[in-house]
Amino acid sequence: MFGKLSLSSIPFDQPIVMWTLAGVVIMGAFVLGAVTYYRKWTYLWKEWFTTVDHKRIGIMYIILALVMLLRGFADAIMMRGQQAMAAAGAQGYLPPHHFDQIFSAHGTIMIFFMAMPFVVGLMNMIVPLQIGARDVAYPFLNSLSFWLTACGVVLIMLSLFIGDFSATGWLAYPPLSELKFSPTVGVDYYIWALQLAGLGTTLSGINFVVTILRMRTPGMALMKMPVFTWTALVTNILIVAAFPALTVALALLGADRYLGMHFFTNDLGGNAMMYINLIWIWGHPEVYILMVPCFGVYSEIISTFSGKPLFGYKSMVYATVAIGVMSFLVWLHHFFTMGSGANVNAFFGIATMIISIPTGVKVFNWLFTMYRGRIRFTVPVLWTIGFMVTFVIGGMTGVLLAVPGADFVLHNSLFLIAHFHNMIIGGVVFGCLAALNFWFPKAMGFKLEERWGKWSFWCWLVGFYVAFVPLYMLGLMGATRRMQHYDNPAWQPYFVVAFIGAAIIFAGIGFTLLQIVVSIRNREANRDLTGDPWGGRTLEWATSSPPPFYNFAVLPKGEELDQFWHDKEAGVAYRQPAKYEDIHMPRNTGVGVFMGAFGVLLGFGLIWHIWWLAILGLVGMIGSFLTRAYDRDVDYYVPAAEVEKIERARMVPLNGLIDRVDVAASEQRVA
Amino acid sequence: MNKRSIVTSLRWMCAGVAVLLSGCHMEVLSPKGDIGMDERSLIFIALGLMSLVVIPVIVLTLVFAWKYRASNTKATYAPKWSHSTAIEAAMWAIPCVIIAILAYITWTSTQRLDPYRPLQSKVRPITIQAVSLDWKWLFIYPDYGVASVNQIAFPVDVPVHFEITSGTVMNAFFIPQLGSQIYAMAGMETQLHLIAREQGTYDGLSSNYSGAGFSDMRFNAIATSQQGFQDWIKQAKAAPATLDASAYQSLLVPSQKVPVSYYGSVTPGMFGHILQPGMKGMARAGKPMDGMSAAAGMAVVPAHPTQSKAAE
Repeated sequence: MFGKLSLSSIPFDQPIVMWTLAGVVIMGAFVLGAVTYYRKWTYLWKEWFTTVDHKRIGIMYIILALVMLLRGFADAIMMRGQQAMAAAGAQGYLPPHHFDQIFSAHGTIMIFFMAMPFVVGLMNMIVPLQIGARDVAYPFLNSLSFWLTACGVVLIMLSLFIGDFSATGWLAYPPLSELKFSPTVGVDYYIWALQLAGLGTTLSGINFVVTILRMRTPGMALMKMPVFTWTALVTNILIVAAFPALTVALALLGADRYLGMHFFTNDLGGNAMMYINLIWIWGHPEVYILMVPCFGVYSEIISTFSGKPLFGYKSMVYATVAIGVMSFLVWLHHFFTMGSGANVNAFFGIATMIISIPTGVKVFNWLFTMYRGRIRFTVPVLWTIGFMVTFVIGGMTGVLLAVPGADFVLHNSLFLIAHFHNMIIGGVVFGCLAALNFWFPKAMGFKLEERWGKWSFWCWLVGFYVAFVPLYMLGLMGATRRMQHYDNPAWQPYFVVAFIGAAIIFAGIGFTLLQIVVSIRNREANRDLTGDPWGGRTLEWATSSPPPFYNFAVLPKGEELDQFWHDKEAGVAYRQPAKYEDIHMPRNTGVGVFMGAFGVLLGFGLIWHIWWLAILGLVGMIGSFLTRAYDRDVDYYVPAAEVEKIERARMVPLNGLIDRVDVAASEQRVA
Repeated sequence: MNKRSIVTSLRWMCAGVAVLLSGCHMEVLSPKGDIGMDERSLIFIALGLMSLVVIPVIVLTLVFAWKYRASNTKATYAPKWSHSTAIEAAMWAIPCVIIAILAYITWTSTQRLDPYRPLQSKVRPITIQAVSLDWKWLFIYPDYGVASVNQIAFPVDVPVHFEITSGTVMNAFFIPQLGSQIYAMAGMETQLHLIAREQGTYDGLSSNYSGAGFSDMRFNAIATSQQGFQDWIKQAKAAPATLDASAYQSLLVPSQKVPVSYYGSVTPGMFGHILQPGMKGMARAGKPMDGMSAAAGMAVVPAHPTQSKAAE
C-alpha cells in the first residue's frame, strides 16, 4: 500500500533533523494561521497562486529563491562548522551519511532551487517590460513552469524529513548513484525533484525565446533590444538546448534504478563515463544560463548609474552570443582526469580559454561605461563594482583550471570549490542581489532602504573573501572536496577562518532580509510615484511602479537603444494618447497549481514506489492539462474606459513630479 | 595612475603573496618530482600571464569608480560617448593575444604532461597496479609478486608506471606532491606515470568522493633509496597472506580506516581479473556468476587505452 514508506522512514533518531522539523512545523503553523486569521486565502489564491501575470510570477520565483537561499545556506554553514571541527582524528558533529547528504543538498538546492528561480524570476519580471510587451507569449505555461519548480522544491524539502536525500554529490555521478551503492530513496528524490523542476525550466525557456522573438514592441529590432533582454534571449536558447541533456541523463539513471537497466552500472556493459559526459553537456551551459543574465543585470545598472549608454553595445551583444555558442564546446574540462588523450584535453582546454575572450570584452565594456560617467554609488552599483573585482579573480583561476596540466593537480580540490564559488557568488549571487535592489521599486512600487543594503553588500563581499581565500589555499595544500574529516591539523586554522567567512556572509543575508522588512515598513517614505526612480534608460521605467497588470496602456515605440532615455530627452515621455483602446489580456487559472500539486503526488509515489499514488498523480496532471486544453474562456478585454481611469489615476501624482524628474536629468546633462 | 605606482603596487602584491604562501605548507606548490615541478611552473606561468590583464583591470575598476563618482564634478562627463573603434579593437585584441600565448603553452604542456606518456629515463620503470576499493587502496607489484593495502614504496629517480582501476565506484588516484591525478573506474584501466626526486613519505589519496568512508581513503607513498625499496619488497614478501580470488573477495567488503597490510604472494594475472567484467559476478557479493555476464562482458570496451588512441 505504501511502497517502501513506513514510520521508520522518518529519522526520529537524528536530533538536528527533528529540531528542524519542529521549527518548520511551528513556523508553518504560524504563517498558515496568520493567513487564515487575516482572511487572506482568497486574496492569495485569486491574485497570486492562479495568476498568469509575468510580474507576479516573477515575484513568486524570487521569494522562492530567497527562501531556498536560507535552506542552502543552512547546509553551507553546517558544512563549514563540521570541517572547522573535524581535524586530526576528531569526527565533528555530523556523521558521514548526514554530512554527505548536506553537501549534496547544498549544491543541488543552490543551483536548481536558488540561482535558477532567481534568474528565471528576474527574466519574468523584466523582459516583457523591456520589450514593451503586455505579457509573455504563453502566460499559462509560465504559471505551470513556476508551479513545477515549486513542486521540485516541495519534494526536496520533504526529503529532509521523510527518508533521506542523495549522498552522492550535486551531480549524482554513477556508479555511486546506482541502486547497488545508494540503495535508499535519496537519489530518487534527487532524480524526480530535478525532472519535474527541469520540465518547468524547459517550458520557461521555450516561453521566453518565443516571447523575445515574437512579442517585441513595434520598431524594436533585435539590435535595439536592451542588453538584459539580449542576455535573457541567449540564456533561454541555452535552456532549450541544454536541459534535454539533463532530462535524458536523469531518465537513463532512473531506468537503471527502477527498471534494472545497465546504462551506467559497473557490470553488464554499463559505463559511467556516458553519464558524466551527458550531465556536463547540460552542466556547463547551465553555469552560463545562470551567469549570462547577470551580465545583463550589471550592464543595465552600470549604464544607468553612470548616466551614459553602455559602452560598445554591439561588442556586448556579440560577446554574449559567442559565450552562448561556446558554452557547448567545453564540457570535457570538467573531467580532464578521466583519461582522454592529450589532443582531446588540449582542445577542450583551449576552447575553454577562448570563452574568456568575450568575457574579458564584457569587463572592458563595463569599465569604459564608467569612464567619463557620473557614477552614483547606490547599492546596485556597489554590487556591480564588487562583482567586477571579484569576477576577474575567479576568471583567472578558471582559466588556470582550463590548462589540463594545472587541472591535473587542482581538480576536485578545494581550489576548484573556491573557483566556482568565486564565480557563482561573485557573479550570480551578486548579480541577483544587485538586480533585487535595482528593480525592486519597479516590482513593488517603493525603493529598498540604502543603509541595510550597503551593510549587506559589505558583509557579503568581505565574507566571500574570508570564506574562500582559505579554500583556495587549502586546495594548494592538497585538500580535496567533500571530506567529512581530515587528519592534517595544519589545515584546521584555514577551515576555521572559512567558517568565520561563512558567518559574515550569514550576516549579509540577514541584512538583506532586514533591508526588505524595514523597507516594507517604511514604504510610504520610499514610494516611487514616477515609475522612474533611478533615471532609467529602458522601457521598463516608462510605465508606473508597480506597472498596471497590462504593463503599457499604449504599446511604446522601440526604435532607439535606451528608448525611454531618448523619449525623456525629446520631451515625449509620459505623453498620454488622445484615445485609449481595449486591451486583450489572459485570464487567471488554477490549472498550474493543480498540475504542480499532482506533480508532487507523482514524484512522491515514484520515489517511494507507491504506484497507485504515482498513477493518481500522472492521471491528475494529464487530466488537469486536458481540462485546460478544452477551456475556451481563457482571455478577456479590458475596456478602454477602465484603462483610461487607471492611467489618469497614475498621472495625478506624476504630473507634479515630471518637472522634478526632468530637472534631475538635465542637471546631469549640464554637469 | 602612473607606471611607477603600478610597478610598486605589483611588487607589494608579490611580496604579500610570498609571505602568505611561506606561512603554510603548500603541497601542490612544493612538488618532489618532475611531473609536479612541471605542473607548478605551469600554474605560475599561467597566473603570471593572466595577471597582465587582471591586475590592471582591477586597478582601473577602482580608479574609474573613484574618479568618476558623481560628487566629483571636476571630472569629464561625456553622457553620449559609447563607442570608440580603437578601444573596442584593443579590448578584443588584448585578451586574444594573451589567450593565444596561453593556448600554445596549453597545447605543448598537455602533450608533455599526458598521464599516459611514459617518462624518459635510462632506468626501467616500476609498474604498480592500483585498485580503489570501498574504502581503501589495493596495490599490486606484478614484477615482484607482492601486494599491499594503503601503502606503496618505490625508489627515487625511477619512473613509476601506474595502472589504475576500481573494484567499486569511481575514485581518483592522487599523490599531490608528485603531480597528476587520474580517475579510477571499474572495468577500465587508466594510466599514470610519475617520478620522485626526493626521498620521503608522501600523502596519497582519493580525490573523487566515493561514499561514506571516503575521508579515510588515504595511503602512504614512500619514495626511498634502491636499498630501502628492496627492503620494503622483502618485508612484503615475508607476509604470509596471498592475494587470490578469495582474498580479493574479502577486500571487496566495505571497510574504513584500513591499516597497512601486505600480501607476500599474488595470483598471477590478478589485476586482469579485477579489470575483466567477467569477474563482476564476483563483485556482486554472494551472487553466483551467470552465463549472461560473461556474454555481456564482451560488449564492454576496455574503454580507455582505445579511446585515447582513437582521439589521437
